[in-house]
Amino acid sequence: MSYLPYVVAGWLFLVGLYGVVTSRNLIHLAVCLTVMQSSTYVLLLAIGYKHRSSAPIFYGIPAGSRVVDPVVQALTLTDIVVSVTVVALILSLALDVHDQAKTVDPEKIVEVSG
Amino acid sequence: MIPLQLAVLLLVAVAGTAVVLSRDPLRQAVVNGAYGLVLTLLFVVFQAPDVALSMVVVGSIAYPLVLVVTIKKVRAREREDE
Amino acid sequence: MSSRARLAVFACAGAGLAALLLWGVAGLPAFGHYQGGYGNQLERRVLPERHTTNLVGAVVFDYRALDTLGEEFILFSAVLGVALLLRKNREQQIDEAPDDTVRSDAIRIVGLFLVAPAFLLGLWLVAFGYVTPGGGFQGGVVLAGALLLVYLTGSIHRYTAVTPRTAVEMGEAGGAGAFVVLGLVGLIAEAAYLQNFLGLGKQGTLESGGSIALLNWATAIEVTAAMLLLFKEFLEEYVVAAGR
Repeated sequence: MSYLPYVVAGWLFLVGLYGVVTSRNLIHLAVCLTVMQSSTYVLLLAIGYKHRSSAPIFYGIPAGSRVVDPVVQALTLTDIVVSVTVVALILSLALDVHDQAKTVDPEKIVEVSG
Repeated sequence: MIPLQLAVLLLVAVAGTAVVLSRDPLRQAVVNGAYGLVLTLLFVVFQAPDVALSMVVVGSIAYPLVLVVTIKKVRAREREDE
Repeated sequence: MSSRARLAVFACAGAGLAALLLWGVAGLPAFGHYQGGYGNQLERRVLPERHTTNLVGAVVFDYRALDTLGEEFILFSAVLGVALLLRKNREQQIDEAPDDTVRSDAIRIVGLFLVAPAFLLGLWLVAFGYVTPGGGFQGGVVLAGALLLVYLTGSIHRYTAVTPRTAVEMGEAGGAGAFVVLGLVGLIAEAAYLQNFLGLGKQGTLESGGSIALLNWATAIEVTAAMLLLFKEFLEEYVVAAGR
């Protein structure tokens, strides 16, 4: 039971990978990539958690109370905002592929020469 | 681990599986929005308010926009090619 | 490789990866028993050393500011890539797009009453980012969302009017550049790149944290402008598609 968050993170990663491997639509693939990314968020936050601790904000609570680790939260929050732009880049690549190859199915894309 | 965290973790696993198993992109965009809300719940329950703010803001504003626009553009181009 | 063969290869590889993950996870400390040294040190030191009450803000803009610089450049280059890709094949310019003003009065009233408070909320999230939960990243996306409401409850032409291309592009580049320059000022003033250089103020107020406040605002400007540019590129695609 105390390893459940890590197991859920691993499960999300594998399920996302399954979605990427068996995807028939590039847009569906991009969203499965975000599921894989969210598995890393769950893992990071689970590592930083401490029992009977509160959020790492000392506004209004006495200094010296137990708080969870702020470093993993810092990594996660910048990553969430930045990953949406990376997904937007992937989606515009998908739009470009659709323009050239007339399909968004990864299995039907024929090599375009020239 | 308190029972609330346990319940939300299981909900996250189920929602993530649902996102992958929705094959139609438009349907998946809606399920992705729900997945974002469930993740926000998880971040709140793990005592991470900054991360939860980030996720709810990004998942309600940016993700639906880019996904729906791409889907609509692909469908409009396909309709035009016919 | 046929899809069946690919699925078989994935099944084997996935099983191997799952076994590896389970073995790795078994070596982690149990959930709730955090054993890192960094977090325990920060818990004790951030208040006396930086006077900021939001530890995550202090980590993002001071202790690990170099990582934030890298993230900002990921943001910058991803939006650059989107603009390059989407502008390449654009068939129609935004000025020739048909008038798509929202006709429903209910939606327009909602927009009228929601845009300004949402903008203020974004400004508050940014300004108090190092005192209470918030910060440049979250507040920047909310600010961009408030301006996106102008499109959602108005028309694409009004959205283009409130986000002129030059201002948005200069804002994005300026925000990223300001972060780098503030790091250089820290280098000159205190002999370490991105070192905190203004005085630490009173804890729990807007004056705390020194240069954390400046880096916070630079990030907010960059994230807002990057998101606005991203939305603009995607919306121009949408308008051309919807017009048919």
